[in-house]
Amino acid sequence: MFAILQYSFIQNAFIASFFVAVVAAVVGYFMLVRGLTFAGHAFSHVGFAGAAGAVWLGINPLYGLLVFTIAAAMGIGALGKELRERDIMIGIMFTLALAFGVLFLFLYNGYAEEAYSILFGTILGISTTNVIITAFFSLLTIAAVIFLFRPLLFSSVDAEVAEARGVPTQKLAVLFLILSAITVSISVQVVGVLLIFTLLVGPAATAMRLVKGPYQTICLSIALGLLYSWIGIFLAALTNFPVSFFIASLSFLVYLPVRLLVS
Amino acid sequence: MPSNSVITLENVKLSLGGRKILDGINLSINEGEFVAILGPNGAGKSTLLKLLLGLYKPTSGKISILGKPPKRGNKDIGYAPQHRTLEAELALRAKDIVGFGLDGNQWGIALPDKKREKHIEQALDEVDMVRLANQPVGKLSGGEQQRLLIAQALLTHPKILILDEPLSNLDIVHSESIVSLVTKIARNRKMTVLLVTHDVNMLLPVIDQVLYMANGHSAIGKPDEVITSEKLSALYGSKIEVIKAQGRLFVVGEES
Repeated sequence: MFAILQYSFIQNAFIASFFVAVVAAVVGYFMLVRGLTFAGHAFSHVGFAGAAGAVWLGINPLYGLLVFTIAAAMGIGALGKELRERDIMIGIMFTLALAFGVLFLFLYNGYAEEAYSILFGTILGISTTNVIITAFFSLLTIAAVIFLFRPLLFSSVDAEVAEARGVPTQKLAVLFLILSAITVSISVQVVGVLLIFTLLVGPAATAMRLVKGPYQTICLSIALGLLYSWIGIFLAALTNFPVSFFIASLSFLVYLPVRLLVS
Repeated sequence: MPSNSVITLENVKLSLGGRKILDGINLSINEGEFVAILGPNGAGKSTLLKLLLGLYKPTSGKISILGKPPKRGNKDIGYAPQHRTLEAELALRAKDIVGFGLDGNQWGIALPDKKREKHIEQALDEVDMVRLANQPVGKLSGGEQQRLLIAQALLTHPKILILDEPLSNLDIVHSESIVSLVTKIARNRKMTVLLVTHDVNMLLPVIDQVLYMANGHSAIGKPDEVITSEKLSALYGSKIEVIKAQGRLFVVGEES
């Protein structure tokens, strides 16, 4: 059964999902602490429009994802102030994005397969180019988070004191939105637009209940993300069922008992 | 101006969004003084604190803190904002919260460091929280969380400690223990304390001055000079009566 590991498309899937799992776990932790999970969801919908637009224009959907989500991040950032209070605004924005996504797919007039892969992920079909792009943006994002770590966490927990201590909280907020946008874009390849929470929120939310302390939580979150992704790909390759189904189910199966048993 | 004055404001005015918040604040606070800041909601108490922290700029007037204008990131000021309950879901321990006070504004991650741990432990010890260092903050009581925020504010060894309503949401017993803790630390460190509160009675035995704010104006002085019917009526611009009963002061007629 390990013979499948010899195929290059499986190897690509494992490599890409490695990067995605790590970066989603790290950024997902901060999204939870900052109360930004809803924005993460919004990005994935905006990304859908971007990916669909790219498909229509005949270019790499990953570029469409990155361009649209990063633009959305800057847009939300430009609105400034408390993002938490802007749920309605974000909700309306991402509904519009979805509408454009539908239009682009209609104009493309091609196979439903493209829409399906944006919505539910296509990790088993990932190209070597996209593996390289994924690796590049993952490393960039992780490096940025490591650099920003303490002020980002400080301002997430207590923005007012952080600001008084000289932390540029507004700039950090916008920067983090952009990092979230990148993370969502590359994660969409693995689990798709609709299942983005599986990798973004699932591992971090589970880890937070099991260990305390930011570093410990992030390490466990990475481990869980990797576990879900790799086992998911492995099972998908064996059964031919969708990868995202397995990843989402594993994420839920671990989260549920933890949520119920660990107070 | 007395030479040991640490905070002085001269005719400070501030408007935000076209609304006059502060309208000519004058005050002088000396080294080591414990000052209670009182006044109804919306009187500009928190705004005044933000001016001292450099988070707002005054529209006009002069502010001097230890002889310099206010600036963000001033290590001479420790600040704990109005308390809100730290989220139960936060995967942070007591010592993580306190650690922000030490190096939360520095780039990069915190590498394992014995000296850092020791500093944090000392700060926790000062507020009597060492035994809860590894507890998740969400599991701590309101009073315990308040102690953490004070410890966090003390880590830069500030000369001025600013506490915005540290006693709200606390019962009498916990409030009293916070007051005596702050008093003790302030005396040991010869620190000036500004504490915003709604009820001055608990603080009467320990404070040197009261800063009473209303309608964008302020009055500062000894409690029995400031909290009088005449002074407060003038400040509010309407009839206010101060009643003394069982050694406690009650301000009647203020909307708060």
